[in-house]
Amino acid sequence: MEKMLMKGNEALAEAAIRAGCKCFFGYPITPQTEVAAYLSRQLPKNGGVFLQAESEVAAINMVYGAAAAGVRTMTSSSSPGISLKAEGISYLCGADLPCVIINVQRGGPGLGGIQPSQADYWQATKALGHGDSRVFVYAPNSVQEMVNLVVIAFDKADEYRVPAMILADGLLGQMMEPVSFPEISANKTEKPWATDGHGNNRPHNIANSLYLKPDVLENSIWERDSRYKQMEMTETMADYYCCDDAEIVVAAYGASSRICKSAVKAARDQGIKAGLFRPVTLFPFPKNELKTACRNAKKVLTVEMSTGQMVEDVKLALECKIPVEFYGRTGGIIPTPDEVLAEIKKLNENKGE
Amino acid sequence: MTDNILIAGFGGQGILFAGKILVYAGMASGKEVSWLPSYGPEMRGGTCNCSVVISDEPIGSPLVITPDVLIALNTPSLEKFINNVKPGGVVLIDTTMCDAKVTREDVKVFALPATEMADTNDLKGGANIILLGKLLGETKILTEEAFAKAVEKVVPISKPKLRENDMRALTLGMQY
Repeated sequence: MEKMLMKGNEALAEAAIRAGCKCFFGYPITPQTEVAAYLSRQLPKNGGVFLQAESEVAAINMVYGAAAAGVRTMTSSSSPGISLKAEGISYLCGADLPCVIINVQRGGPGLGGIQPSQADYWQATKALGHGDSRVFVYAPNSVQEMVNLVVIAFDKADEYRVPAMILADGLLGQMMEPVSFPEISANKTEKPWATDGHGNNRPHNIANSLYLKPDVLENSIWERDSRYKQMEMTETMADYYCCDDAEIVVAAYGASSRICKSAVKAARDQGIKAGLFRPVTLFPFPKNELKTACRNAKKVLTVEMSTGQMVEDVKLALECKIPVEFYGRTGGIIPTPDEVLAEIKKLNENKGE
Repeated sequence: MTDNILIAGFGGQGILFAGKILVYAGMASGKEVSWLPSYGPEMRGGTCNCSVVISDEPIGSPLVITPDVLIALNTPSLEKFINNVKPGGVVLIDTTMCDAKVTREDVKVFALPATEMADTNDLKGGANIILLGKLLGETKILTEEAFAKAVEKVVPISKPKLRENDMRALTLGMQY
């Protein structure tokens, strides 16, 4: 397979087409605009619909319609735009409609800035919308993973009838790397619930999230929750680097995991037993994988481009048995490998405490 | 072996394009590569820079903070980044656009009037490629064949004149 050089945003868009995405609805925002720009050119040529909506709110509700009709559909935005989509995402969850939502994160809160950030971790993993709702959250750390994970996201969303989010950031969206597009076998999940015409052969299908009787609503929520539990059992993904004998384990995802890998490599060169644990799914969070990575750890360092949002998940997964420290930059600043290395060295000196 | 390269100048000088040529050339040489633009409010006339990493190993951080090679196409870029260049590093300067002097003695400086050379050789806008030519000539960072392949990849086949100009600019820089 010949490798091409592509921006993360464009590679992701191309992968969505190959994964069978037929409807894209979006609204421009830096730093994700290349996703929409690419799809505006390429999706119509591949038998799909590209539509620039009048707003983020409109776009996510168009996704609701397409998803209800059983079509593979996607929207993309960046942090402030995702907040606008929150209501629609909750409705998609409530109606058990699969779709893929891209968040190429930028600095927040509010309009924030336009440089890379990871400050939407809590929003993505804990409460993307109201109610007892969750979504799959995949965190790529390379242009190749922007491709691979979007394919998985479409498959898993259909399989579980749960929306899936790709939580990227401005760095991954804007950078170019060599990428290849593996042969994609369209993993088609049957959708007997789709509102795609009953042909007088079956009752109407209705895509709905309104249940006025509390007992009926409760039952629907527990049923959905059992799928979230199943996701936690079988759908976690993680990556390890030098963790086998690591005394200092750095936990980082997405773009910051790349900076941490450089730092861990440099620490190893200096004789420090450092390792890197990288969650690829942020929800479900790979708890057991983290425990395995930390089996020889004396200290854990979480590194994020935020004020420390993943720290809680790391502490919970480790049942607070290993001290978890944090280093981060936020507001669009990317931590440097040297900064992370300095933190690793500091922890290594105090690892006995 | 990892080469961290930073190209910086005004928007419109072909900063990102020069970066693309470099990464494609790196790829054609079987190396790992990454390309990261500064993005945002930059536009024609604003400041612009591009991080390129060419390595024998998988690339960690794609953001170049302490470059092995700095290519500066204007004064503000040189002033902003000169102190970040690694000791022993290489600095290429377009002296037509940049009148600042380098006082550091621990870096190798190659100064050439790239924009003027481009203008007098009917290669308007080719200063970026002339500087890449100089880099190629002085450091052997990549081969000329790899650059030729990169030009073929980046410049569409429908624009043979542009391809020819880029190769001419590359040779001009190499021979300076």
